Amino acid sequence: MRSPSYVPKYGISRWLDSRLPFLRFTQEHVASYPTPRNLNIWYTFGAILSFCLIVQIVTGIVLAMHYTPDSRLAFDSVEHIMRDVNAGWLLRYLHSNGASMFFLAVYIHMFRGLYYGSHKAPREMIWILGVVLYVLMMATAFLGYTLPWGQMSFWGATVITNFFSAFDSLIPGLGTAIVTWLWGGFGVDNATLHRFFSLHYLLPFVIAGVVVLHIWALHVPGNNNPLGIDVKGPQDTVSFHPYYTVKDLFFLSCFVILYAYLVFFNPNLLGHPINYAPANPIQTPEDIVPEWYFLPFYAILRSIPNKLIGVLALFASLITLLFVSWLDTSRVRSARFRPVYKQFFWILVVDVIILGYVGSQPVDASLFNTPIPLVWLGRIGTLYYFLHFWVITPLVGLIETPKPLPDSIAKSVLATPAE
Amino acid sequence: MAHSQSAEPTRRDFLYVATAAVGSLGAAATLIPLIDQMNPSADVLALASIEIDLAPIQPGQSVVFTWRSHPLFVRRRTPEEITAAKAVKVEDLLDPVARNGSLPDNAPATDENRTKPREGAAKPEWLVTVGVCTHLGCTPEASTERSRQGDYGGWLCHCHGSQYDVAGRVRVGPAPRNLDVPIFTYLSDTRIRVG
Repeated sequence: MRSPSYVPKYGISRWLDSRLPFLRFTQEHVASYPTPRNLNIWYTFGAILSFCLIVQIVTGIVLAMHYTPDSRLAFDSVEHIMRDVNAGWLLRYLHSNGASMFFLAVYIHMFRGLYYGSHKAPREMIWILGVVLYVLMMATAFLGYTLPWGQMSFWGATVITNFFSAFDSLIPGLGTAIVTWLWGGFGVDNATLHRFFSLHYLLPFVIAGVVVLHIWALHVPGNNNPLGIDVKGPQDTVSFHPYYTVKDLFFLSCFVILYAYLVFFNPNLLGHPINYAPANPIQTPEDIVPEWYFLPFYAILRSIPNKLIGVLALFASLITLLFVSWLDTSRVRSARFRPVYKQFFWILVVDVIILGYVGSQPVDASLFNTPIPLVWLGRIGTLYYFLHFWVITPLVGLIETPKPLPDSIAKSVLATPAE
Repeated sequence: MAHSQSAEPTRRDFLYVATAAVGSLGAAATLIPLIDQMNPSADVLALASIEIDLAPIQPGQSVVFTWRSHPLFVRRRTPEEITAAKAVKVEDLLDPVARNGSLPDNAPATDENRTKPREGAAKPEWLVTVGVCTHLGCTPEASTERSRQGDYGGWLCHCHGSQYDVAGRVRVGPAPRNLDVPIFTYLSDTRIRVG
């Protein structure tokens, strides 16, 4: 696993190497970093996510040059960006659709980890830091969605901050005190908008910091791979550059085609028209629907008729992810060799999609044209989500007979193994 | 080094602990203003009361006003609605407490207690409540003859499906509490002050 060591060629690089070994670090951790030779398309989403973070930070910084976080001016300043600022429409659509692309990539990245067992020993810390990043992304996206100060911004912020008022049923007054503190008033108002803008600007840099830890933790054991077996020697790896820089760039280009389609041809596809109406504190829109990437969690919240338990279930669905590394009892990582787990993995994917559909529908909707209330589908989906992680995953690991694992990555990749 | 390994604490151990204790207390104290700045500021806390003219409100109508940056419902109830609200037994309610700012915390959620002003007798025709769903803060939609909202004739919250009756009492969750009744006073037969 040791990378070829770095030898400075020129006087200036020798000078730099003995003072700040930056080029040595780049050589060892990027250019010649040994990477399993069998990584497939699903392993390119790490690079794609880095790209998304950079795009969001760059477009966000320039948008902040034109935006005003004041409840009387925020909506108009966003329209000013859309109509008057040079290329303002492009920057805003890149930023708003960039959030959706970011979540699309992170969901694929997470499901890939679950499929190939990338969360299992010795990579638990990578997974946990990944869950932290995901929660930070959710917080950042929620804060950012409030900033245009449209109807959905305002009411979304009202509903989400009110989650904390559920603690009133534990200790009377506690929830109200927390919510009043979060708002800086008796409702979502100017003070709330100011602090949300401040935090929305801060969190991406926190995310960038945790990304450094995430990659650091990755570079200790090295990459997992679709076979889920350990790298046994140099014959199992190739250098990151040019093999995976090129592969990442190719799939990044495919990803950017979809991103460009959204930005240039359908920029409001994933938004809500009602958010182009200014915030009105005395009128709630007919249906408050969060952005698509929050829908499964929204369905979990709505499926439980008790306020405190509903909110706790929502938090629990995220906290559960922190324990996945230990809940999975199988010693085989990759689902390729786990015939039973593989079936349940795909049921989980379908379950999350069903929860997302339930979350997107009005609260009193029924299943297609049948009299079955959709909320029951949401309840079954919620129950299954928790069953999958807390019951099915540990049991399957104990009772399943995995298929035989290949001897090495090199032997399974090459028809005639390289010696 | 022999000193630090003995069981008896030394002067130096004491100084370490004392320094750390004072230092962390000081660090914690600096957090107080940083956290407290997020609480409501003085201008937000400056309370406001409003006066409402009831004369234009027709029987069966529910009108929304703004009070302390929240919606406020004023509903003129029809005789049938009053009869229906009075017929409900308190034991059958999800939240049996009146939630009326003018009454003690444990007052039962009878229809009379829900319409009680600060002084004088309740006027069953008028219901005044804060229009904030006690679940996650949406504004519930009033049920009228032309558009029924929910099964109890009062309000339906479209966000998460809570239902309230014609006395603003929660009948179907997830909302945990009845709509709050603010402190209000009748200035005349057709005028109230809220707050």
